[in-house]
Amino acid sequence: MPLFSARVLVSLRPSVLDPAGEATRAAAARLGVDGVSRLRIGKAVEVELEAADADAARQQLELLSDRLLANPVIENWTLELKDGASAGA
Amino acid sequence: MTLGVVVFPGSNCDRDVRWAAEGCLGIPTRFLWHEERDLSGLEAVVIPGGFSYGDYLRCGAIARFAPLLQEVAAFAERGGRVLGICNGFQVLTEMGLLPGALTRNQKLHFLCEPTALAVQPGRCSWLQGYSAGEVVTFPIAHGEGRYQVEPDQLRALEDNGQVVLRYRRNPNGSVGDVAGLTNAAGNVLGLMPHPERACDPATGGVDGRRLLASLLG
Repeated sequence: MPLFSARVLVSLRPSVLDPAGEATRAAAARLGVDGVSRLRIGKAVEVELEAADADAARQQLELLSDRLLANPVIENWTLELKDGASAGA
Repeated sequence: MTLGVVVFPGSNCDRDVRWAAEGCLGIPTRFLWHEERDLSGLEAVVIPGGFSYGDYLRCGAIARFAPLLQEVAAFAERGGRVLGICNGFQVLTEMGLLPGALTRNQKLHFLCEPTALAVQPGRCSWLQGYSAGEVVTFPIAHGEGRYQVEPDQLRALEDNGQVVLRYRRNPNGSVGDVAGLTNAAGNVLGLMPHPERACDPATGGVDGRRLLASLLG
């Protein structure tokens, strides 16, 4: 089966406070980088998955993202499925 | 009456719960390893505090898929009494047995201190030993206890009497000062504070006793 690569980006929903992001933003100013008006911390999850075709891969990755990698109560996610599956790589 | 106590890799309050229930109150307990599926003979189940599966990804996110918790969900559905303490509360929200989520404390500190809580027992079977408006002291010990839910959902929970425990002085930024929640039926309770650490006079106070003693009802 072909192997697909994907990256899932998980971010806090805009309505959810991100105290770690705020602390990091404060440190940016101490570094001398002024003008950082917004800094939110999320996660990038890199996944390699075997699937019959790109549609099947996307379906499995969406399930994975929505049910495990992100908690939709507090997080949003986006999926980047890389073009051109590298069969058997 | 036997109380089941869930044990994940990374649980660390399982023995505290056993001591509080069995040592202090004489309630027999049985440890339930996360790969088991047998809940026979149990009247109630506690999901204790700790760091289930290292709390990788998110607190409680991986625990949700444990074979044992599939059975605990069915047990709760049948009306069985389930108590989630600290990490156990996080697990209950990840499982969807309770709404909302627990996130990083507002000021990022790990908080470990006695905390005053106002109780509104409502329908919650675990809290029937407390009177409405009573103030009790349980310790908290968490880094991710800031309860988060959308404002309209919070109002619905409040209107439905599901916000059963509130901080008197909000330590972590939880919306609505929420420290503990019950489900609509009242058989499931999740709370960040540790009632099992308030059962033995040697550890400071005994306000938590009545919560576990509700099992002797």
